[in-house]
Amino acid sequence: MDFLNALTALFNYVIIPATSYGSQLALGALGVTLIYGILRFSNFAHGDTMAFGTALTILVTWLFQSWGITFGPLPTALLALPFGIIGTAALLLGTDRVVYRFYRKQKAAPVILVIVSMGVMFIMNGLTRFIIGVSDQNFADGKRFIINALQYRKMTGLQEGLAIRTTSVITVVTAIIVVTLLFWFLNRTRTGKSMRAFSDNEDLALLSGINPERVVTVTWLIVAALATIAGVLYGLDKSFSPFTYFQLLLPIFASAVVGGLGNPLGAIAGGFVIAFSEVIFTYAWKKVLGYLLPASLMPDGLVQLLGTDYKYAVSFTILVIVLLFRPTGLFKGKSV
Amino acid sequence: MKKLLLASAAVSLMAGAANAKDIKIGILLGFTGPLESVTPMMAKSAEMAIKEVSDSHALLGGDTVTAVRGDDTCTDAAAATAAAQRLVTSDHVAAIMGADCSGVTGAVLQSVARPNGIVMISPSATSPALSTAPDDGLFFRTAPSDARQGTVMADAIMKKGIKTVALTYTNNDYGKGLADAFKAAFEKAGGKVTISVPHEDNKADYSSEVGTLASAGGQLLVVAGYVDKGGKGIIQGALDAGAFSKFYLPDGMYGDSLLKAIGKPMDGSFGDVPGIQSAGHTKFLAMAKAAGFDGTSSFTGESYDAAALILLSMQAAKSDKAEVFKNDVMKVANGPGETILPGELAKGLKLLAEGKSINYEGATGVKLIGPGEAAGSYRIYTIKNDKQVTDYYAQ
Repeated sequence: MDFLNALTALFNYVIIPATSYGSQLALGALGVTLIYGILRFSNFAHGDTMAFGTALTILVTWLFQSWGITFGPLPTALLALPFGIIGTAALLLGTDRVVYRFYRKQKAAPVILVIVSMGVMFIMNGLTRFIIGVSDQNFADGKRFIINALQYRKMTGLQEGLAIRTTSVITVVTAIIVVTLLFWFLNRTRTGKSMRAFSDNEDLALLSGINPERVVTVTWLIVAALATIAGVLYGLDKSFSPFTYFQLLLPIFASAVVGGLGNPLGAIAGGFVIAFSEVIFTYAWKKVLGYLLPASLMPDGLVQLLGTDYKYAVSFTILVIVLLFRPTGLFKGKSV
Repeated sequence: MKKLLLASAAVSLMAGAANAKDIKIGILLGFTGPLESVTPMMAKSAEMAIKEVSDSHALLGGDTVTAVRGDDTCTDAAAATAAAQRLVTSDHVAAIMGADCSGVTGAVLQSVARPNGIVMISPSATSPALSTAPDDGLFFRTAPSDARQGTVMADAIMKKGIKTVALTYTNNDYGKGLADAFKAAFEKAGGKVTISVPHEDNKADYSSEVGTLASAGGQLLVVAGYVDKGGKGIIQGALDAGAFSKFYLPDGMYGDSLLKAIGKPMDGSFGDVPGIQSAGHTKFLAMAKAAGFDGTSSFTGESYDAAALILLSMQAAKSDKAEVFKNDVMKVANGPGETILPGELAKGLKLLAEGKSINYEGATGVKLIGPGEAAGSYRIYTIKNDKQVTDYYAQ
């Protein structure tokens, strides 16, 4: 019984939150890594792209809600998602036309593109705030829990409760579907293969007749979809305010770099590594250990390695360690 | 004929304006930021008092009074100082009703009010640190220090037979001050605080803070935060994870937005909000209702009283100069003299003009102690069916 209580507490406070956070980071990191692999620069505007996509989706969600359209037990935002993606894709393609293409034609060094993307970041930042405002927006509807703590306690007779939120499950399921589709696209389709070829060796790809503008366009389209999905899932699961999305940029980059920039598989692994270590290092283990250890060994303190305020410090420490000992990341990406 | 009329109108205006002028009072509150859902009502209360005095034409030489609003953001000291600076240097306010949050109030006091010699009466800054801050006699508050609220909280929780609690506070002057005051009072009363965790506002996710609090355990979670920011996030997270089911809500957590956002699960949680049951307060509520806003919202009575105190003190000192009327604030607030309730400001002004003394009771039973802060009375309430139901008043 004690073991089951410990396991429940572990799932409730560590594994479930970390898994959904990890999926959100992984989707974000995939977008960053694709841009790095194919367009060859670190896109600092990614967090704000996510915020922009989410803001559009929220607006469409509200519209649907006012029309009385809902998605049964699932959040209405999932229905609005395609519209958000289309809007974001239009914004990204527009930005590429107006800004990035100019620098690409000049064959600008990656570091210049990074700075350019920071400029784009500030503009998108302002744009999102203009559209939806700076404050918190709650747009989750539908059934909140698959199982809540009280039901679980009644069902199992355990002391600890386990809550599984609908949004956590949607996050993980959507992430799996999106990642599967992405890998199928990259590995099995002609366009996907041409994108990988372009990423591996640009000159060779050009010589074999791959149209670079087409590769770039398709990349932005995929990135728009990934960013909007990641943003909407994060907003559904937690809450939406433009500032939090801007802050998300840090753990997303940490995930992409830890996994290996330019390597999609690495981005996913990196997302989960960062999410789990952030949660594990800042969780107070007293509760779990209290069930497992005999009373004589019961810890007095909270058994918490770091205060919760140091969450971001964890991702940065991991980032520094990985860069020191394995500059190409865990999964052999390109070195930074 | 037309010319004659115009001329006589101008002359009569001139005559009226000969010794009457327009006094400006700054209203410095966080119209944006963590308290944005309660500040509009606070400002309206203060403006109600100002209008009452202005319409009576009894202040000094028949002066009119105008309110000028400034946004202190509640959290950003630089923005608050800039707003106060603007009120003082470009709007030439004679006094400031504000600021609202403790951190920005301290900043405005030190960098604007003291250098310019402007009287500040805050309706809602409650940090114990402000009791000892140097103020040149310019700073007063119609809200009590949190040292007092800490004791009231400890009593209310003890009364329900709860002995162990977990505590989380918003990581700023207000949160830390209140958390420390509560912890000291609760432990003195024989209770146990299992853990005290700070939380940052404006985060999307509080699951790790909730995990830590749950690990430490307790019968109740005390959330010394803001109703529109992290406080709500913590409660939502704790309920979602099933970590706590009952919460104690100090003054910063009083608001209908919380009940609207969370709803049913809040039933049974309880808290306190500055408030009093008195003839003055009842009268204030009726006046607020007539003016079209909710007088039970946080710090509305205190705001009315702060503005009224400023104007009555000017009358008592026969001057709108801060260095003169700052000495009369305590006298007007504490009496002895005829009791003045909300809506009777004109009567108070008249009595003062006749050289009689008054005791301003106002909406909150104003009584200033120590360095010029309210002794404090609180309304303890329990949430039942999405409503705050009053249990008792602690005075």
